Amino acid sequence: MERRNFFKRVIPATAVFPSLVNGFTIKAFGATGFFEALAGAADNDHVLVLIQLTGGNDGLNTFVPISNYSDYYNLRSNIAIPSDKILKLDNYEKAGLHPAMQGMQQLYNDEKLSILYSVGYPSPNQSHFRSTDIWLTGADADQYLSTGWTGRFLSNTYANFPIGYPNATMPDPLGIQIGSVLSTGFMGPGGFTAMAVPTDADFYNLINGTLDPAPDTPMGNELTYLRTVARQTNKYADVIVTAAKKVSSQSTYPDNNELAAQLKTVARLVAGGLKTKVYMVSTGGFDTHGGQVQVGNTVSGRHSDLLKGVSDAIAAFCADLQYLGISKRVVGMTFSEFGRRIKSNGSAGTDHGTAQPVFVFGDYVKSGVLGNPPDLPSTITADDNLPMQYDFRSVYSSVLRDWFCVEPTDITTILYKNYQYLPFLKTTACTIGADELNRLGTNLIINYPNPFVNSTTISFKTMGGHTLVQVFDPTGRLVAVPVDKDYDGEGAYTITFDGQRLSSGVYYARLQNGSVQQVRAMLKVRQ
Amino acid sequence: MGYRNNADGITKHRSKFLFGASLNEYTGDWSTPQVVHLLKRTLFGAKIEDVNYFSTLSMSDAVDELLIETAAPTTQPLNNYNVDGYTDPTGVPAWQTWINAGIDFADSDMNQRRVDSMRCWWMGQLLNQNRSIHEKMTLFWHNHFASDAGAHTGDIPAALWYRQYLTLRSNALGNFKQLVKAITLDPAMLIFLNGNTNKKTSPNENYGRELQELYSVGKGTGSHYTEADVQNAARVLTGHTVDSSYNYYFDPAEHDDKNKSFSDFYGSTIITGRSGPGGANEVDDLLNMIFNTDESAKFICRKLYNFFVYYKITDDVEMNIITPLAQIFRNSGYDIKTVLAALFKSEHFFDLINAGACIIKSPLDLLVGLCREYAVQLPDAGDMPSNYSVWKMLTQQSNTLQQLILGIPLVAGWDAYYEAPAFHELWINSVTYTERNAYTDLLISTGDMMNMVSLVIDPILFAQKLPSPDDPVKLIDDSLNILYQVPLSDESKTYLKSSVLLSGQTNDYYWTQAWATYIANPSDTIARQTVQTRLQSLYKYLMNLPEYHLS
Repeated sequence: MERRNFFKRVIPATAVFPSLVNGFTIKAFGATGFFEALAGAADNDHVLVLIQLTGGNDGLNTFVPISNYSDYYNLRSNIAIPSDKILKLDNYEKAGLHPAMQGMQQLYNDEKLSILYSVGYPSPNQSHFRSTDIWLTGADADQYLSTGWTGRFLSNTYANFPIGYPNATMPDPLGIQIGSVLSTGFMGPGGFTAMAVPTDADFYNLINGTLDPAPDTPMGNELTYLRTVARQTNKYADVIVTAAKKVSSQSTYPDNNELAAQLKTVARLVAGGLKTKVYMVSTGGFDTHGGQVQVGNTVSGRHSDLLKGVSDAIAAFCADLQYLGISKRVVGMTFSEFGRRIKSNGSAGTDHGTAQPVFVFGDYVKSGVLGNPPDLPSTITADDNLPMQYDFRSVYSSVLRDWFCVEPTDITTILYKNYQYLPFLKTTACTIGADELNRLGTNLIINYPNPFVNSTTISFKTMGGHTLVQVFDPTGRLVAVPVDKDYDGEGAYTITFDGQRLSSGVYYARLQNGSVQQVRAMLKVRQ
Repeated sequence: MGYRNNADGITKHRSKFLFGASLNEYTGDWSTPQVVHLLKRTLFGAKIEDVNYFSTLSMSDAVDELLIETAAPTTQPLNNYNVDGYTDPTGVPAWQTWINAGIDFADSDMNQRRVDSMRCWWMGQLLNQNRSIHEKMTLFWHNHFASDAGAHTGDIPAALWYRQYLTLRSNALGNFKQLVKAITLDPAMLIFLNGNTNKKTSPNENYGRELQELYSVGKGTGSHYTEADVQNAARVLTGHTVDSSYNYYFDPAEHDDKNKSFSDFYGSTIITGRSGPGGANEVDDLLNMIFNTDESAKFICRKLYNFFVYYKITDDVEMNIITPLAQIFRNSGYDIKTVLAALFKSEHFFDLINAGACIIKSPLDLLVGLCREYAVQLPDAGDMPSNYSVWKMLTQQSNTLQQLILGIPLVAGWDAYYEAPAFHELWINSVTYTERNAYTDLLISTGDMMNMVSLVIDPILFAQKLPSPDDPVKLIDDSLNILYQVPLSDESKTYLKSSVLLSGQTNDYYWTQAWATYIANPSDTIARQTVQTRLQSLYKYLMNLPEYHLS
């Protein structure tokens, strides 16, 4: 990370590289390292959306066992989902989704959803507060961390934040919390790495929900003045409002769905061009000690409403990402502070538990199920909990590796340990995308004539979305950016590169499009 | 949305405002909101212990007690600047006072260091103030007789600013005429406004002008002194100067002993010129003449009103508050305590519509107030290096926020107290508002730090001083009672509880349980951090909102 950070600190993306940095020419790092340096987390346009389900979600009624259904039924007969109501998943027969989750069933069948069984941590804590802190900070059960895992990731990627930010490389907030209270998850060593944005992305209600109207009194007069200044001081206000304004139409989201409204704002801001890496949204009410289901009709009730809300919101969000042409840029995951107890209680509810299923969705998700339905022997007592199958930090670690392309040593820096790698994302997100390459052919960027004297024609292919063509000299100095724009769809384009004023020698044309990058050597010669 | 007193109070108070709330003694509710209001205006912040204490007194007794003068300081500023290889050139060792050393040693660099030391020490006076308005009034007079020590390190020894502080302080709650006389003859002021070079052959009008324009009668619509009055005041003041040891003395040889005639604004007064040592007494004639005008008392009352009540002086306020208050001031022979008592005990002061949270906290109010309200832990009183580090951090931050003690950019005072029409709003702009939030964020998280001494808000300590920290509803109510003067709606309080303190959890019991777990085992790091994180989040949120900047 050192090297990558080093470049990021000193080189705004669109500026010219200094030929000497600390007395070393960039060439001293070697051409390979130099180009690698351009390819890390901050350089790709990937976005992670974290969806927090506050209160502790009952995993067994969310991802319902089928292969050992009778064991499941016997342990929680008063709240069990009838087996014929469980939503089936294509090519997976061991478990299915709660009947309210049709949207996510469709996502799975469309190969955009991955499900991980029983995610938790050793020595689980059943306090909402403590377990939330553990999930947000990435701490061990007996460890206190004052920073959040996303905060550490963002601080690691954007060195020195917030000093010198926003800047040309990162003009936007590193993270965005939809709502008005920042999550501990965003706390970095130098303070919060995110800003809070209200659901409607309207800065004039930045602190909505807490704004009592200012009365017509001297106090009201001064309060209004202070609020006006407070609005003006948000250094990201303009970029947020500008991004939100760029998006004039989105696909449909369900009404009266708090999570859907939040995700709609996320889609809008991503499509509006924010380079923000991590978004966090949340929805609550999962603390279903009593009345989790409607007695006698277990597919209805509070939990069903909650899951329908989540499933509908995520499905609408994914559809909107498609509609907006940004679905390849976004991966989302759900988590709660814990799952709930295996055995139901006498109030048609469940008490605090431990491990829970985690859902990861997006175009780059390797669709499928990781893990196995938990054993549910009849000897289980009211106090027993699901054993953990995956450590939640393995999920974070794999997201960092496969989505943000963070190097393993940096992942260890961010999460403090090496965690198991879980293959729930397509590894192509970070390497030169093999499938895209196969589709587009190998020569994504070529030039003709080569060698050239005065000018040469660069041809490149894009999958659509943001496409960048940069030309570097052999020392790594950026000499031109012939292309830096968004394309609506896949296509091949040509531009004329005028190299008349360049001295003769080798130049590198680098194409960057989504996760793909390719470098072409161009030789300029004298007449 | 309702006010804390009651809903129908709005109309009642509103009509009072329209017809002019009066200086009659306030007889309404005397409970936490009123006590906090009085304390926030007269002290720096309302400490929980002080709120509890003054709640046991009557309103009138509370005001009287706040107006009691406190003993003169027993400490002096110390050499905190023998650092990084620097040594005081007059031989003052580190952590010894420099007040009596090398006053005639003209060294701008040393003086600057001493002025900085003096600023730190003054910050310590504010932080460690007692239950008295004394320090706030001293600061009020510092703003009134504004000075910039940093711009005069070449000609005003730092020790003179310490003496001026003592002069301001010893007269702060005394007689205003005496205060003006003391300042007129104050060595720092004599040099600052060129009185020391005001000689009969070459009068310098600087002090003669500011005495009238800024210190006594002002430039209000009722003030009509003339340029000739300025010149004649300067002539009266000739000969008052400082000697080579920077002590005040009167030099009859430089005094203009001719008669001085003043305009009809001053009743066409003629001050009889006197020669010899008696010439020094002309200054008393001058001040008697000035304070014989109606305008001088009104001018000071307007400044007091601006500082302690609100900056907008409507016609109603001028007629029903300022004019009778000025009469009280004059009738008392310019006794400062008398005029303050009348103001602070008035219906008008406690009228929450008028006097409700409409003052934008000055940087010092904000910084010193939050340290006191949260009972931020300060170093042991005897640990001077650590105390100076804390005082320096706060001094630097108040400078960033545009209020540096002994660094008032203009002789008229900090612009927030005189620059119409914005006044207090001038403390707040997009830069200072951001800096305020950034600093409160810092103090509520990792804390500020200098020389390994940290300044940090311990939110648990604060919550523990409240009556029911285990009950999230009461915790928020009681916190707001101290931290906010702007009343919040029930809806907002519920939001604070569920979204901020409970971080989304829907059951109040989870907070009660977390608090009980901590209380049962306060040394358990995780139990402590669980409540600390949530309290930090709550108080950070409260301090980030505009409401926090009103008192």
